[in-house]
Amino acid sequence: MADFNLTTALLGGLLIGLSSTLLLLFNGRIAGISGIVGGAISFGRDSRWRWIFIAGLLLGGWLYEGVISHGSGLVSAPQSTPISEFAPVSMILGGLLVGFGTRLGNGCTSGHGVCGLGRLSFRSLVAVLTFLATGFITVFVTRHLLS
Amino acid sequence: MMKQLEKQDLLALISGIVFGVGLGLSQMIDRQRVLGFLDLAGVWDPTLLFVLAGAVAFTVVAFRFVLRRKVPLLGDKFYVPSRSDIDIKLVLGAAMFGVGWGLSGYCPGPGIAALALGSWNPVLFVLALVAGMFAFQRYEAGQ
Repeated sequence: MADFNLTTALLGGLLIGLSSTLLLLFNGRIAGISGIVGGAISFGRDSRWRWIFIAGLLLGGWLYEGVISHGSGLVSAPQSTPISEFAPVSMILGGLLVGFGTRLGNGCTSGHGVCGLGRLSFRSLVAVLTFLATGFITVFVTRHLLS
Repeated sequence: MMKQLEKQDLLALISGIVFGVGLGLSQMIDRQRVLGFLDLAGVWDPTLLFVLAGAVAFTVVAFRFVLRRKVPLLGDKFYVPSRSDIDIKLVLGAAMFGVGWGLSGYCPGPGIAALALGSWNPVLFVLALVAGMFAFQRYEAGQ
């Protein structure tokens, strides 16, 4: 098994759950990132809060990478994120499939995973098991059959 | 005094920031961690399992209390999906998403938060993600 940090994994997960709860409790909205991005780029009446959420998401990523990961004392073992090898074909093909697929299937890891499972939605459970299965198969094919 | 809409905007910003920090802290913005989790036949990385477990453990409990309310604190209704049917679009869409996830190591949230890393991978991913969503809009409009 790979080395991993149980504390930051759980703590990060709790923050994601907290964020989703805040958005639902105050604004009545589901923190599903694919739905938020899809709504934002359609520039309808309700797109403003979505753009603001996306700005926050970027700001949060920057706050972690630029401040917290440099040993702010907030976490016991902060770690900055390694830059992975440039993989343009995987990014473009993967991004297109993720964009189209999440809109067709009404959600991604956050909408169906964190929020849908949190609501005990059967639809979301089916979606989660499906994308996990095809994710496992895809990595098996690319890492073990093709290379 | 802040207007209701401004308070909602502020809440969306705070929620987005907390989400982004959570993705960073849990290392989900590192695509190799995600690919490591999806690689059952390799050196398996359990990180994502614990991130999802932590997040769902929180929402399962908290959502129960939140959804007992008639209305959210700053709005007039909950925008919660009401469908419970399983259709081909759900399964096909989720299947496509999983393939793209396995190819890139990014899902939408981490892909966007990883833009902060200053690497080209998330930039290309997010551009393609948006293009895929526009393609879906055209497909749906033509249905």
